[in-house]
Amino acid sequence: MDPIVDGLVVAFQLLVSLNPEVYGIVLLSLVVSGLAVLVGAIMGIPFGALIALKSFIGKGALLSLLNTLTGLPPVVVGLLVYLMFSSAGPLGPLQILYTPHAMVIAQLIMVFPIVASVTASSVSSVDRKLRLRALSLGADGYQLASTMLREARTGVLTAIVLSFGAAISEVGAVMIVGGNIRWFTRTLTTAIVLETELGQFGMALALGIILLTISFIINVALTRLQWSGLRR
Amino acid sequence: MTHLIEASHLRKEYGLTKALEDVSLCVNSGDFFAVIGPSGSGKSTLLRLIGLIEPPSSGKIAFRGEDAVSVSEEERLKFRREIGTVFQDATLFNMTVYENVAYALKIRKKTQFEIERRVKEVLDAVGLAGFESRRASSLSGGESQRVSLAQALVYAPALLLLDEPTTNLDPRNAAIIENVVSKMHHEQGTTAIMATHNIQQVQSLASEGAILHEGRLIERGRISELFRSPSAFLSNFALIGNVFTGVSEIGADGLATIDVGASWKIEATTSKKGKVTVLIRPEDVIVSKEPLQSSARNILKGRVAEILRDGQKIRIRVNAEKEFLVTMTTRSFEEMKLELGSLVFLTFKASSVNVI
Repeated sequence: MDPIVDGLVVAFQLLVSLNPEVYGIVLLSLVVSGLAVLVGAIMGIPFGALIALKSFIGKGALLSLLNTLTGLPPVVVGLLVYLMFSSAGPLGPLQILYTPHAMVIAQLIMVFPIVASVTASSVSSVDRKLRLRALSLGADGYQLASTMLREARTGVLTAIVLSFGAAISEVGAVMIVGGNIRWFTRTLTTAIVLETELGQFGMALALGIILLTISFIINVALTRLQWSGLRR
Repeated sequence: MTHLIEASHLRKEYGLTKALEDVSLCVNSGDFFAVIGPSGSGKSTLLRLIGLIEPPSSGKIAFRGEDAVSVSEEERLKFRREIGTVFQDATLFNMTVYENVAYALKIRKKTQFEIERRVKEVLDAVGLAGFESRRASSLSGGESQRVSLAQALVYAPALLLLDEPTTNLDPRNAAIIENVVSKMHHEQGTTAIMATHNIQQVQSLASEGAILHEGRLIERGRISELFRSPSAFLSNFALIGNVFTGVSEIGADGLATIDVGASWKIEATTSKKGKVTVLIRPEDVIVSKEPLQSSARNILKGRVAEILRDGQKIRIRVNAEKEFLVTMTTRSFEEMKLELGSLVFLTFKASSVNVI
């Protein structure tokens, strides 16, 4: 049968039959990437705002470094995290290699530079006059930063959309540090790799369609938020 | 008596550019102080330093007699929160009018009740009651500037800094702003420092003043004295306007004719007789290549002697019976295809002539 039609049929069957393994995989993908983006945002947004608002020696270098890190290949991140957490590595005693914890950490390392650098660039592009205004009205450092973040909200949401897209679709890092263990660390992307290797193109396509649909829905939701942020 | 603000030997550099050099001034509580000077003279920089928004490169600023420069950020914030600034450009936060005006009170952690009461009061004062839920981005330039004034007035600052607050506004909005500021000054005793190049504004609002030219204060004193005594002040003012001295005679029609020499008489709407000083703002002069058929009483013929670009505006110096400075937009300058030596006619109304 045509593998694409086959894939669509299988995907439909898997979804309507509430296949518990597929739902487990979907849930794990969402939880791992969602957590990575959540923690990445909590750390990266203030960090990005700080870089944008403070002037210090090496600011340009730090921004270039962050920009470079946004393009970190997931496999390399996976490798580094693997080396850190493998039994011989410095964090080996934590014994989290091949667990979702390690996967979240790997994706966090990937998304942090994205959140921080996009936030930094959108906060620095807020009109300088608004910064003067906030200061003249009596804002302290923290209030200034949160006001500028509020003015840059569209850019900050872009940072989140971009990093979630990068996290949910990467395969290299979660494969290496998670190990693609069935019922435990298997995500949509690692499952697609496996099914393809096994020649189960229908199943692989089905998972691919689910992945696309999820990232489509989430992106639509975030884009709508962005637009309402623009209007507000 | 301690001054509200005492600035001594302020210097400010941006990289290699000197913005201010050895500027010292004192402003007492209750004063209305005008900083007068052409654009680029350092007025805005001076206000940012006094507003404690930027540190000076060197020099001291004391607020109520206490050092406000070499102190902790916390100390400075305490002073900064007693100062309000209205900038020339009314860039507002991308929020509603209410949120914009409430901003300063929210960051001061005032109660919801107090915020609502104060925001209502100041919006009433600037004539924008009912605008609470409008987005700032939907306002006209004049309305934005009134919101911007409300933002600063809402916390009743001890010192109000006004950086050419009416420069980009139509006369109606400019008058509203001047009235509110004047009321704050007279009724609440708010001290104000206003940067301006508008001589009418200086005369109607300020009691003390100083002239800033190329980053230096070149003259200061009581406004009435500055205008009464001739004329270092006014010749300095000529940097930004057209100043002439002459003898005024009132004609039968009530219109004054002022002989300023060089066989040229200016017609003006004034009742002052005798020796007077005349000021014509460069923006009140219409430039044309042919004589205009209009009701304006004063027409001069001359040649373009100098062309100065100044942002969106062009300033040209014209050699007519007297040397004249006029401003026009870049667009009309280009449409008229003016160049050095072009023959032009200058036209201005009798009512645009300020007689002092």
